[in-house]
Amino acid sequence: MNDQTATEKALAEKELYDTLHKQGRSRRPADLPGNPATLPAGLIVKTETIPGGWGSSFIVPRGQTVRISNPGATPGVSILLYNAKDPTERFNAGDTVKVQWSARLGKGMVLFSDMGRVLASITDDSFGFNDALTGGSSPLTNAEKYGDATLRNTRENFVLLAAKHGLGRADVPPCLTLFAPVVVDEAGKFFWSEKSPASDAYVDLRAEMDLLIFVSNCPHPLSPGDYAPKPVDVLLWQSPAPAEDDPCRTLTEEARRGFDNTDALFA
Amino acid sequence: MTTTSTLDPQDAIYDFTVPSRRPWSRVLRKGQILRIVDLEGQQAVDTLFYNAHDKQERYSAQDTIRAQGSAYISTGTKLLSSEGNLMATVIADTAGFHDTSAGACSAESNTVRFGHDKKFMHSCRDNFVLELARHGMTKRDLVSNINFFMNVPVEPDGALAIVDGVSKPGDYVELRAEMDILCVISNCPQINNPCNGFNPTPIRTLIWSQ
Repeated sequence: MNDQTATEKALAEKELYDTLHKQGRSRRPADLPGNPATLPAGLIVKTETIPGGWGSSFIVPRGQTVRISNPGATPGVSILLYNAKDPTERFNAGDTVKVQWSARLGKGMVLFSDMGRVLASITDDSFGFNDALTGGSSPLTNAEKYGDATLRNTRENFVLLAAKHGLGRADVPPCLTLFAPVVVDEAGKFFWSEKSPASDAYVDLRAEMDLLIFVSNCPHPLSPGDYAPKPVDVLLWQSPAPAEDDPCRTLTEEARRGFDNTDALFA
Repeated sequence: MTTTSTLDPQDAIYDFTVPSRRPWSRVLRKGQILRIVDLEGQQAVDTLFYNAHDKQERYSAQDTIRAQGSAYISTGTKLLSSEGNLMATVIADTAGFHDTSAGACSAESNTVRFGHDKKFMHSCRDNFVLELARHGMTKRDLVSNINFFMNVPVEPDGALAIVDGVSKPGDYVELRAEMDILCVISNCPQINNPCNGFNPTPIRTLIWSQ
C-alpha cells in the first residue's frame, strides 16, 4: 500500500470511529419501561435469600430473568456471569463499558461476554448505579477498611463458588457490583456518591443464554461505614419473550450486533 | 504525573524491538526494571502480569485502581494482584496516564463495535491467547489488562471512550518488579479506533538488573 492510500484508509477509519463515538454518546438510555416492582407469584421460579457476607450460585436458563433485590440498602452486591454450557465464556468488564461507551451501566444496557455476545440484558434497574471498574471486596480491602482480613469477602466467595462448579482462581475475572454508586470526578478520582440509599432497589438481568451466575453479598470496598451487610433476595422469574422493539436489543447498533452474535448460538 | 528515568540503555541486560502488531513476553525477576518505549508515539501496549511461580495469581485492574483511588495508571501506581499482593510499581512515566479499564481488543468485540466485516483482523486477544499458550495458559487466564499509552478518559457521567493518544515518539514507562513476574504484551494491532493513531508501530522493551 502506498503512503497516500494508507493515509486515506486511516482517515476513513477515523471518520467511521468518530461517527460511532458520536452516536454512542447521544444514545443514553432514556425513560424506558421496566418490570413490575411486585412480580406475579405465578412467574416466580425460584427464590433464595443470601445473608450478608455470603454468596450463592444460580443456573438461569435463557429467557428467565434473575432479580436481585436489596430491601435493606446493603452497599453493593457483586456478581459474575458465565455461559453455563462453556464457562470459559464469561463477563468481560472492559468490553461491557467500552462497547457501550459508558461505565454507567443501567436499564436498557447489556452485559457482554469476552466472545462478543450478550450474556444478559439489564431490563430494569431501579437504582441506576452499578460499578464495573473497581471490583469487589477481598481480604486485603477488609483488612484496610475494617482492620479484619477474616471478614467474609467477595474474592473468597467467588473462589469458593468457582470451586463448587469445578472452576478455579483463573475463572474469577473482574466483576460487576450492583447497587454501587462509584463515580469519578474530573480528575479521575473515585468516590462513593450517596445520592439516595438503595433501599428496596432491584436489578433485573434477563438471561440471553443459559447462564451460571455467582452472587456475592459483601459491601463494596469503597462504600462508607462499618461492615454490616444486609440480606438480599435473588428471584428467578419467567420473563416474557423480548418484543421486536425490545429496548435492550435495539437501543444501539452495538447491542444489535451483539445480539446477532448471541442469537447465532441458538439458530 | 510525568517523570523521567536516569537509567542508561547501554547498561540494560535486554533490549528488544517488538514489531508492530506482535506479542511479546518475558519473566522479570524481583527488582528488575522494565522500560516500554513507544517509539513512534500513540501506540497502545496491552500488558498483563502473572506471578511467575503461581500463574493463577495475576494482575488485577480493579484492585489496582480501587487501591489508589483513581482511574489511571501513572508514576507511583502500585500494580496489585488478584490476591492483593504488590506485583510491580510504576517508577517512571513520560506520557502521564494510561488506561486499565477498557480491556483488550478482540475479533469478537470488533464485530460488535465496528461491524461484522471487522472480524478477521489482528487483535490483542488473539496475540495474548497465543503468547499465553506458550506458557501453558488459555483464554481463561485473560483478565483486564493495562493499556499503556492508551487514552480512555472516564467522565463524571460515566462516559468512556478511547480517544487520541497523548504519547509522543520516544515516550516510555518503567516498572520495577516487586515479585518474580511473567510480563505479557500485545503490541496493539487495532486500526478501527484511535488507540494506535490508525497506524500500529513498533515498541522497544529494555530490562535492567539492579
